[in-house]
Amino acid sequence: MWSFFHKLGSPPWLYRISGSILRWLLPLTLLGLALGMTWGLFFTAPDFRQGNSYRIIYIHVPAAVVALAGYYVMATAGAVSLIWKMKMADVALRAAAPVGAALTFVALLTGAIWGKPTWGTWWVWDARITSMLILLFLYLGVIALYEAYDNKEAAGKACAVLSLVGTVNIPIIYKSVDWWYSLHQPASIKFTGPSSIDPSMLYPLLLLIISFYALFTCCLLMNMRVGILQREARTKWVRKLVGL
Amino acid sequence: MHPVRKQRLIIVLLVVLFSSAAVGLMAYALRGNINLFFPPVEVLSGKAPVGQSIRVGGMVVEGSVQRSPDSLEVRFEVTDNQATVPIVYAGILPDLFDEGQGAVAAGVLDEQGVLHATEVLAKHDENYMPPEVADALEASKAAAAQAEEAKQ
Repeated sequence: MWSFFHKLGSPPWLYRISGSILRWLLPLTLLGLALGMTWGLFFTAPDFRQGNSYRIIYIHVPAAVVALAGYYVMATAGAVSLIWKMKMADVALRAAAPVGAALTFVALLTGAIWGKPTWGTWWVWDARITSMLILLFLYLGVIALYEAYDNKEAAGKACAVLSLVGTVNIPIIYKSVDWWYSLHQPASIKFTGPSSIDPSMLYPLLLLIISFYALFTCCLLMNMRVGILQREARTKWVRKLVGL
Repeated sequence: MHPVRKQRLIIVLLVVLFSSAAVGLMAYALRGNINLFFPPVEVLSGKAPVGQSIRVGGMVVEGSVQRSPDSLEVRFEVTDNQATVPIVYAGILPDLFDEGQGAVAAGVLDEQGVLHATEVLAKHDENYMPPEVADALEASKAAAAQAEEAKQ
C-alpha cells in the first residue's frame, strides 16, 4: 500500500497513469452524460406540480453533489500536502479548485433559473443558498490565494490550510435544510427509507450523478497533467516527452 | 509513521477541529437569525417583531384563499398545524402557490396579527412524481377514505 502511495508522489508515473486512465474514462463519461441527459430531458414524465421545469434537477443536483464531494477531494489533497510534503498533492489541490468552482457556479445558476418559476424569485438569502455561495467563494479564494504567492511552496501551504478550514462548510450545506427554516426543500434522495422522487425520475438522476463524478475526475486529472508539466518543465523526462 | 509527520497530522486535525468548533459556536449563537422565516406558532407567541419587515412561512390553509373581485388583493392563512397567521397581499402570486402547499410571505405584522405582505414565495416540497402517479396516489387515498367511511 505504501509503495502505491510513494508512486503517487512520482510525477512521471502519475503523468503516465493518468493518461491511460483518461483514455477510457473520458469516453465513458461523455457516454454517461449523453445517455443520462437524453433520458432525463426527453424520456421522463413531467412532474405533477412543476411540469417540465423540474428537469433542471438533472443538471442542478449532480453539479451540487459533486461540488460538495470535490471540496473534500481538495481538502484531502491539502492535508496530504501538509503532512507528507507531497508536491503532487499540491498539484491536485490546485487542479481541483477551478473544477469545483465551476460546478458550484452551475448549481447556483441552475438553482436561480429554477427558483424564478417555482418560488417566484431568483435569489433568497436562505441557509442552503448562502452556504453554497460561501462554497463558491472558498473555491475562488483557494485559486486567488495560490496565484497571490510567487513562492509556490508557500502558496500550496496557505491553500491547504484554507481548504482545511473550509471543510466545516460542507456538512453545513448538507444539513442546512434540516437545521433551519429555509426556502430550499429537503433532499429528495434518501439513503435511509424510500426516496420522495419517483423511481422513473430517479434512475436517470443517479446515472447523471455518477457521470458528474466521473466528469470531475476527468477534469481533475487533465488539470493535474497540465500542472505536472508546468511544475516539471525543466526536468529531463518532460523535455524528452516534448521532444527537446 | 514518522514522528514529524505524526505531529503535522495532529496539527491538521486540530485546525479542522477548532475551525469547526468556531463556526459551530457562531451558528449556534446566530441560530435564530439563520432561519429564513418564522413559523406561525412563533408569530402568535410574540417572538416575531411587530412593525418590522419579517417573513412568515407555513402551509396555505385549504379553502382560505380569497381573491378580491376588483383588484389583485388576496387573503389567505398559513399554518404549521399549531397556529395560523392571516396574510394580505396585493400582487401576482407565483405559479406554484396553492392551497395545501408551502408558502413564505415577507411583510409587516400589524397589531391584529395580520401580515401585510410585500412578497409571497411558493415553497416547493421534496416530492417529485409523474402526473399519473400523483393521480393514482390521490385515487387510492380517496378509496381508502371511502372504505373508512363504509366501515363506520
